[in-house]
Amino acid sequence: MDVFNAIVQTLDSTIRLSVPLLLACLAGLYSERAGIFDIGLEGKMLVGAFAGAAAASVFHSAFLGLGMAILISVAFAMIHGFASITHRGNQIVSGVAINFIAAGSTIILGQAWFQQGGRTPALQPGERFEAITLPGADAIREVPILGPIYAELLSGHSILVYLAFLMVPFTWWVLFRTRFGLRLRAVGENPAAVDTAGISVAWLRYRALICTGMLTGIAGAYLSMVQNGGFVKDMTAGKGYIALAALIFAKWKPVNAMFACLLFGFLDALSIRLQGSPLPIIGKVPVQFMQALPYILTVILLAGFIGKAIPPRAGGVPYVKER
Amino acid sequence: MSTPYAKLPAWADYGLIPLINLFVAFVVAGFVVVLVGENPFRAAIILVEGAFGKGTGIAFTLFYATTFIFTGLSVAVAAHCGLFNIGTEGQAYIAGLGIAVVCLSFDSTLPWWLTFPLAIVAAAVVGALWALIPAYLQAKRGSHIVITTIMFNFIAASIMVYLLVGPLKPAASQAPQTRNFLAGAELPKLNWIIELFGAKIRSAPLNVTFLLALAMAFLVWLLIWRTKLGYEMRTYGHSPKAARYAGISETRIIITAMMISGALAGMMALNPVMGDQHNVAIDFVSGAGFVGIAVALMGRLHPVGIVLAAILFGMLYQGGAELAFEMPAISRDMIVIIQGLVILFAGALEHMFRPYIQALFASLSPRSVGMEAVKGKGA
Repeated sequence: MDVFNAIVQTLDSTIRLSVPLLLACLAGLYSERAGIFDIGLEGKMLVGAFAGAAAASVFHSAFLGLGMAILISVAFAMIHGFASITHRGNQIVSGVAINFIAAGSTIILGQAWFQQGGRTPALQPGERFEAITLPGADAIREVPILGPIYAELLSGHSILVYLAFLMVPFTWWVLFRTRFGLRLRAVGENPAAVDTAGISVAWLRYRALICTGMLTGIAGAYLSMVQNGGFVKDMTAGKGYIALAALIFAKWKPVNAMFACLLFGFLDALSIRLQGSPLPIIGKVPVQFMQALPYILTVILLAGFIGKAIPPRAGGVPYVKER
Repeated sequence: MSTPYAKLPAWADYGLIPLINLFVAFVVAGFVVVLVGENPFRAAIILVEGAFGKGTGIAFTLFYATTFIFTGLSVAVAAHCGLFNIGTEGQAYIAGLGIAVVCLSFDSTLPWWLTFPLAIVAAAVVGALWALIPAYLQAKRGSHIVITTIMFNFIAASIMVYLLVGPLKPAASQAPQTRNFLAGAELPKLNWIIELFGAKIRSAPLNVTFLLALAMAFLVWLLIWRTKLGYEMRTYGHSPKAARYAGISETRIIITAMMISGALAGMMALNPVMGDQHNVAIDFVSGAGFVGIAVALMGRLHPVGIVLAAILFGMLYQGGAELAFEMPAISRDMIVIIQGLVILFAGALEHMFRPYIQALFASLSPRSVGMEAVKGKGA
């Protein structure tokens, strides 16, 4: 039973750790499917986390915090759009710039406004998203096997967790079952064809980036208002890049993205759980190896040893109308 | 397809436009200072005084500049070949391992002028090898170099943390770093050069690596504009199709460019490790690799521009430390914002002001922008 409990707990923290990855990964999915590389996911998550925690603590409302997180994150996505769509700048350069501006400004403004060494004030109850107990969870907690799975694993998460997982089928539906999704995918593969059909390439890509900004905003809000009771400097700690890796790992597909993020979340949960205790057969695995594993796996995938990852064809190329 | 932008006179292209972009970046940074509730003009004065006011300040500025010259050159060499090496950070970090091996083995037996060349070779080789794998994957398997080099940054960080909290750490010590090097691996300071001009220096880490950086800037210029290899790299960077048509081996050129880039990144580690800290510590690169992106973009990928941009960023780092002291609301993270703004305006938005400047030039003297010629082609 101990083993079973340990497994349930590890899976539970897998879910918690996967959520920011999943939201950021789906965010990247929208923009990359529309042909805009976005390595600024990290920065947008960071400003989202900061804006969310700051607004929640000032206005004493979790939902206002979430709204502010989304707003600021979308604003940063629009900077990326302005540089890479309107001015046809290098998308990677623009993404790098956004990451730096986010990293610096969250600390400077946080220090100037709250004077707590770059932190925001600790969020009080009501200012953060509380865990939701699913109906009947307490009633069946004592039931063996099923009880803990339902009560621990499925119930007791914040609303943003359920939202993140609902975004998976929703994103699939948007991309593969709506006209907007069809056009969005088309603009990532062959923008000239979309243009010929009389649809604005720029506006379509801007809309994709708005979706990206909204999702990174929610991801950031999750970090600062659910996982942690406030903003801490550099709290994204490379999650935006892991999400990018997950996106490639998922071959730019929403359902795969969920599994990739769960896998990377699981690796993270496992490395926290093991913390130096030896594994059967393999022996002691260095924590650093577990932490590097998502990156190593992505490189192996990119090298084409686990299937082939083919990015959207027009990705990274600014669209220039023939003159 | 016509070229998107008509030609400007060279001085406007290489002087005016970067200066305007830089100016806008600093204006926006000034707004952030206002938002924090300080006076941006006073901040700028403190910054410049901190960087150049005293001999010690100048020496520190040049010490930081040394680091950024290497990373800037590293990014630029790859960029000339059309490759975005975002892995400079990781290549420099892992090169610390090569330096550690050389220094820890020879610091008690060899004098610095023998350890130094060995360490240069070790740093360059390790940095180059760390760039080799992403380069190979790009050339042979088509995996995107930006993504692989990002991944390699994280992998390098994990390896270094593992080594520095484990095998490389002296058993008696708690700090995650190697033991301090002995005199045989400490580089001589260059502060006397500044003292020649009458300035006083208390203690500053400016060291001979600065001369190595300048030499490398010259060699990079030689490589890019005066050798066949450099020509091939620029050709590939400009148009991979044309390069293929001209019979340039794609694999060879990508791998060579990335390895040179990695070697330059690796040499960056010499400056803080052998010139200042005299040990290899966790996170000793601390973002210098990313500063290299800003430096390379601002220097328009030309070694002269890169040296100037590196000195500017050295100034920001040194002056920023003074600024943080004088205005507690503005910590050194302000530099990170400025860095981001420079990358945004000098990199991603580099063409934003070009149409206006072109219009201005055209109204002043149509010939200078080649108006007739462009019209003649029907563009």
